[in-house]
Amino acid sequence: MSLDNNLDTLYRQVIMDHYKNPRNRGEITDGSLTVNMNNPTCGDRIQLQLKVEGGNVSDAKFSGEGCSISLSSASMMTQAVKGLPIEKALSLSEQFSKLVQGNDIDDEDLDFGDIEALQGVSKFPARIKCATLAWKALEKGLNEEKEETTE
Amino acid sequence: MNAKEIRELFPVLNQEVNGHPLVYLDSAATSQKPKQVIDVIEDYYKRYNSNVHRGVHTLGTLATDGYEGAREKIRSFIGAKSTEEIVFTRGTTTAINLVASSYGRANLGPGDEIVITPMEHHSNIIPWQQVAKATGATLKYIPLTADGRIELTDVEQTITDKTKIVAVMQVSNVLGSVNPVKEIAEIAHRHGAVILVDGAQSSPHMKVDVQDLDCDFFAFSGHKMCAPTGIGALYGKKSLLEKMEPVEFGGEMIDFVGDYESTWKELPWKFEGGTPIIAGAIGLGAAIDFLEDIGLDRIEEHEKAIANYALQRLDEVDGVDVYGPRERAGLVTFNCHDVHPHDVATVLDSEGVAVRAGHHCAQPLMRWLDVTATARASFYLYNTEEDVDAFVEALLKAKEYFGHVFR
Repeated sequence: MSLDNNLDTLYRQVIMDHYKNPRNRGEITDGSLTVNMNNPTCGDRIQLQLKVEGGNVSDAKFSGEGCSISLSSASMMTQAVKGLPIEKALSLSEQFSKLVQGNDIDDEDLDFGDIEALQGVSKFPARIKCATLAWKALEKGLNEEKEETTE
Repeated sequence: MNAKEIRELFPVLNQEVNGHPLVYLDSAATSQKPKQVIDVIEDYYKRYNSNVHRGVHTLGTLATDGYEGAREKIRSFIGAKSTEEIVFTRGTTTAINLVASSYGRANLGPGDEIVITPMEHHSNIIPWQQVAKATGATLKYIPLTADGRIELTDVEQTITDKTKIVAVMQVSNVLGSVNPVKEIAEIAHRHGAVILVDGAQSSPHMKVDVQDLDCDFFAFSGHKMCAPTGIGALYGKKSLLEKMEPVEFGGEMIDFVGDYESTWKELPWKFEGGTPIIAGAIGLGAAIDFLEDIGLDRIEEHEKAIANYALQRLDEVDGVDVYGPRERAGLVTFNCHDVHPHDVATVLDSEGVAVRAGHHCAQPLMRWLDVTATARASFYLYNTEEDVDAFVEALLKAKEYFGHVFR
């Protein structure tokens, strides 16, 4: 069904699918790093857990409460970063931030997959922070991991 | 004048948003401004912009008259005894912080109690948390009833002889509850405590008389009552303000500046360091003229009727939770089952309906309600039953749009 075209650019089918059936929702019980992040403007919160082995993100799970955009973005993000080297995951996050702000993507080779559906957020500036919440948590976690390993 | 005619006086309301006539239901966040107020501010900048209380020149006198004239309008608006009791501030937040930093830090110590409620706005919680930390005083909460009201028996049980300050909002920005602040003031005084009333959500919507309430401090913001942002006021009883130290020091607030020590101007100017918010104050004066011409009692009556109508219409919608007591001021906070308030607000916005979604600067209250966020439609003198109808129509669309996802 369609309410209006404008809304449909935000609430794409694939986004609603991730909202309804979130991937990687839950907790990692062993050897993971945990990041808690709030969206202070709306009260949404997310807990992201990452497992990093040999410089690669081997597992990612999230829990928390939020709107369709923040939860589907978290679901897609955990799916996308699994198996990626830390640097590659961070670069994906950087590009994602550009995507949802309506800026050009530098890395043409990057495969966003499902995530591309969130591009519509750029037309809804009030929702950009919803889309980037989980990614900010990812960046925080991976940067902490990097600092620890270089110390 | 009916609400439709009043609406015509607000230029911003005469526009389309996302292809629909704007339905502005976010006045509890900030109200719109009538042309009359915008014109007065423009006139100030075009005709007599000047600093106050210093120049001997003509424009300086006009600006000072405008600024001090606004103070007199505020005095009369809230029923204070004298303009010495009216301090201009940036808004409610600054006013409460002034009392917390000045009166609070000077008069509280270990063992003393500050009493607030779980429905307070962050601006009437965090200043007291900070004072409690700095002085060793204890912060206590008056419990709420299940429907989000304050019962006087609970007030009696919470306030003790150790209580030095009670701080409570007159109208809740989330629940719409109208709190019995006059009765709470009486209880506070019986125990030797002072009471601060947060009037941010009451002064725009109902007649306030600080002498009748017998509150010691009353804080409110201009921008929620048709005035510009960045201006508000603190009322304080003269006997208390006289003993309080300023919290901001500099130009404008001094009597004599020595090399190592200085003395302050008399009330209320000792609390107004720096060049004041002159255009804002004059705008607030104009907003008071505007509201008083229409009549605060009429405004209150109109908003209650609109809120009642909204409650009735929402009763017809399945899967909507409304928070707060039935008897309420002009706002309705709600959640739709299975649709996050952010998503509700985005769909409503696509229909031209502006509502607030989030925690409404009341995270402790959100925890009390056991929700992370809510949506809120708030009404003012320019809202009509047609606005409520457009809101409910848009809400049904949001439910339908998201309904198919979870079916």
